[in-house]
Amino acid sequence: MNVQSRPQPLGGAIFTRPVQALAVFAGIAGLLIIWRFIVGLGASTALNDGYPWGLWIAFDVVTGTALSCGGYAVALLVYILNRGKYHPLIRPALVTSAFGYTIAGLSVMIDIGRPWIAYKLPFFWDWNLNSVLLEVALCIMSYTVVLWLELSPAFLEAARTSTYSLFRRVGDIGLPVANKSLLWLVALGMLLPTMHQSALGSLMLLSGPRLHPLWNTSMLPLLFLLSCIAMGFGAVVMEGALSSKFLGRKSETDMLAGLGFAMLPVLGLYLGIRLIDLGVRGQFGALFAFDHYSVMSLIELALFVTAGVLLATDRRRRDAGNLFRAAMLLVLAGALYRFDVYLVAFQPGPNWSYFPSITEILVTSGLVAGEIAGYIVLIKLFPIMTGEPQAAAAGPGGETLWLASR
Amino acid sequence: MRAPLVASSRVVETIDERLMRCGISRRAFLKFCSSLMIAAPFGLAITNMKTPEAVAQALGKVIRPPVIWLEFQDCTGCTETLLRTSHPGVDDLILNIISLEYHETLMAGSGAQAEERLAQAMHDYAGKYVCVVEGSIPTRDKGVYMKSAGRPGMEVLADVAGKAAAVIAIGSCASWGGIPSADPNPTGAVGVADLLPHKTIVNIPGCPPNPYTLLGVVLQFADSGTLPELDEERRPKFAFDRHIHDQCPRRAHFDAGQFVKQYGDHGHREGWCLYEMGCKGPETYAGCSTRHFNEIPDVWPIGIGAPCVGCTEKSIAFRVPMYQTVKIHEATPPDTYAPIYAPQGNISPVAAGVAGLIGGALIGAGFMASRKLGSADGAESESKPKKE
Amino acid sequence: MGISRRSALKAMAAATATIVATTLSAHETQAAAVVPLPDAVGMLYDATRCVGCKACMVACNEANDVTPDTSASGGLWDMPVDLNEHAKNIIKLYRDSGTGAQSYVKRQCMHCLDPACVNACMLGAMQKGEKGIVSYNPDFCVGCRYCEMGCPFNVPKFEWSKAIPKVVKCELCRHRIAKGLEPACCEVCPVGAVIYGKRADLLADAHQRLAQNPGRYVPKVYGEHEVGGTQVLYLAHVEFEKLGLPAYGDEPVPSRVRAIQGGIYKGFVAPVALYGLLAAVMLRNREKSDSAKTEKGQP
Repeated sequence: MNVQSRPQPLGGAIFTRPVQALAVFAGIAGLLIIWRFIVGLGASTALNDGYPWGLWIAFDVVTGTALSCGGYAVALLVYILNRGKYHPLIRPALVTSAFGYTIAGLSVMIDIGRPWIAYKLPFFWDWNLNSVLLEVALCIMSYTVVLWLELSPAFLEAARTSTYSLFRRVGDIGLPVANKSLLWLVALGMLLPTMHQSALGSLMLLSGPRLHPLWNTSMLPLLFLLSCIAMGFGAVVMEGALSSKFLGRKSETDMLAGLGFAMLPVLGLYLGIRLIDLGVRGQFGALFAFDHYSVMSLIELALFVTAGVLLATDRRRRDAGNLFRAAMLLVLAGALYRFDVYLVAFQPGPNWSYFPSITEILVTSGLVAGEIAGYIVLIKLFPIMTGEPQAAAAGPGGETLWLASR
Repeated sequence: MRAPLVASSRVVETIDERLMRCGISRRAFLKFCSSLMIAAPFGLAITNMKTPEAVAQALGKVIRPPVIWLEFQDCTGCTETLLRTSHPGVDDLILNIISLEYHETLMAGSGAQAEERLAQAMHDYAGKYVCVVEGSIPTRDKGVYMKSAGRPGMEVLADVAGKAAAVIAIGSCASWGGIPSADPNPTGAVGVADLLPHKTIVNIPGCPPNPYTLLGVVLQFADSGTLPELDEERRPKFAFDRHIHDQCPRRAHFDAGQFVKQYGDHGHREGWCLYEMGCKGPETYAGCSTRHFNEIPDVWPIGIGAPCVGCTEKSIAFRVPMYQTVKIHEATPPDTYAPIYAPQGNISPVAAGVAGLIGGALIGAGFMASRKLGSADGAESESKPKKE
Repeated sequence: MGISRRSALKAMAAATATIVATTLSAHETQAAAVVPLPDAVGMLYDATRCVGCKACMVACNEANDVTPDTSASGGLWDMPVDLNEHAKNIIKLYRDSGTGAQSYVKRQCMHCLDPACVNACMLGAMQKGEKGIVSYNPDFCVGCRYCEMGCPFNVPKFEWSKAIPKVVKCELCRHRIAKGLEPACCEVCPVGAVIYGKRADLLADAHQRLAQNPGRYVPKVYGEHEVGGTQVLYLAHVEFEKLGLPAYGDEPVPSRVRAIQGGIYKGFVAPVALYGLLAAVMLRNREKSDSAKTEKGQP
């Protein structure tokens, strides 16, 4: 058992150079967002009536939330399958998830054309219960709240050691309440993603007649759910490895290798259902037609299969570099699958084309940069990370661990 | 309907009485009425009638309205335009239909005799006569730039128009100032409505206007004592409710995108649209597209290949350069069609480049990081016993 | 230890099987035939009668207070290349340079019997209302554009150029119909190429034309069954796909979504049950781990 089994703030300087750089990117995104609201979507994005949904939906919302399913995936492992040893991964995963979903919510607010009407969303008497998008919106909104609430013990623990007596009092009163309700919140935090991640697949069922047959299947909700779990694990592995390496923590290869093992059944189910579905619907011909649809599908499948191959043996899973690459491939595969369903498979007509504008790209990058910066700041200020710090500020090869210094 | 000159009676008489006194046959009068039906402007109450007899009957009862015609800073073009009518001819008009009491160009007398005539007419027909005003009125320096019988135009206008039953401002000059009011407007020329805003005024702008518009207004007033419906600029709607562009005979060329590029070019010879030559038709309200001048078809600016200069419009005529194109309000479809699938949406190569760079950088960084992880942990794991 | 790995895997497999079975069965369910409202109204457009005068485009702009689209013409003409925020109605021309075959086609909202846009809209801004007309109410629109993603005919368009945008589409001139008038396009058409009436009557009229003029038309009324049926019907003498009207099946667009959403979320039973299951498992796991700790004497 490690000496330090309780989460601790990392401490250290907050506004390191990397955080500053990320903040600049985020600031640029902020300015562009203001500009988008001044000039309208037509002038700031490349969206058009053929492709009304573009980068901000396909990446920020659909892929971004899938990447933020780390909290969901690890929670399933820890609380349902009862693998307690992965418990230290929960809080960092929750931070990524909380930021990811908050960014997704923000992206929705800047993507929709009439955000001031959104105040009517809680008006249940106006709900169209047949609308999948309503379910997605309500679930994502609630899940974002749940995620931050699930993190509240971390904030309350920090509050208890604050220099301000008010914060100490809030911490003392709040922490037991938070801990007591945690179980019910966590259960909710597993129900909600199940609902909305599959719904993100169901969303595109409505475009059915205009979806290319390689992706147009009733299995979309299930495929989205499975791939999001895989992506969640992938994201946790990547972020865990990076945090260890660059923030001077002891590496958690043991736990991460276990996650690698957990990805395999999910991956297997996903590939199985995808291929059987293609076969049942007679689409193998289309799969090997080698037009751009076929090529994208094949790349998707290749990425998934390669990730699976890289994770196949215990030895490979314990090779931290290989594990990281496998996780990256899995994340790319899931992201590509989502981009394919939302942008490639979607065929509004032979005359329409779309590629995100500079503004869209910079806003997305800036939001992600802000998210990463927020993650770093939070883990330094609050008890999120568990595990031993590295003995020295120098890495094994002698290189400076520059994120931890200054 | 030629008649010998017979002195006007001092008492206002009906047209029937006048015709009888002059010995004009009923047949001639009916001929006149039928030509009136053909040529008279649309919107005139009389032209709703079905037969010349009906017109003759209505017209016959009309009391010849006395008309006093004033001229200020004018070129007499509006009087000239009136002379170029034959349905009715100006002689019929001034001798038998209306009672033209005073007109500096057309009357026989001059000097003190003319002034005495004016004073007399104003006295006899006070409150009953129609005052037609031609030309703008100078207002700068107490209006000394135009005087009639020693009195400034402003004073004459106030006096004569003041006692009139109705005022008709004929021509752009009288309507809003016309040519004399062009920059820098040294005399302070204005239209009648600027000086007498509360008087009932009918503006008939144009340089010159089509005489049938005047005839229509006068005859309606004579017939029923009413004036036709006017727009916000006091112009009769029956002549000024549409742009030249809306009824232009060359509209099909506009819709087909066939424009004259240079005077004398192939398009000009073919009679193509003059929009690109600066035609002000789309912004000019007037009836010229349907009612041409001199009673000869195509005798109007666009008809002879000269773009409309917007002579009726205060904001355009003598202000906007002739060659400057105007905006199209109320655009309508052209002669061409949208294809079933029109290419839409553009891909910015810069954005594609940036996306490629960012994506490549991230994936590259990921692989680099993975290599670092591999080497570091490879060293570590060899020194530790394998767990689990 | 809690649940053994084996039983956990079994549970996962069972859950997946259930989900797969539900979705597969939803997929295979025959879509029930959509029944139009008894007073459903619509339009019948006969491409063989249309002369391409575009009076319907001008009348539509006027009746709906839409500024013409002069962007492609440099300000000269109302020249949209497709339906867009300045065009609720458009005449397009199909021309085959090879065979010389050509046809005009009028495009606007099809007022489907089971519209995808109505199913999509979160707060019900898109509604299928009186007489089956699909209407739009901006007061409930957040501008998410899911209706655009769903419509199989690419009808709803968005005001991209505005900072305060709305969705734009033909609403069958319901403000005129409320006053007893016809849609502006039908009223102004000089040759009766597009006419207004009850869907049932128009369908009968269309079939009569097909029967009486067999050589003149492609023998099909487009919109009778496509995507469950639409209230705007088409007759033409070239294949409908060439006119931009795709060969859709009879299944209404929202049927799969409704089957899955309705199937899984009926009465909200499944989510509540799943929540209960998750909480129960967690409680049991916690009990087990607490008792294990007490055995070992740990706090």
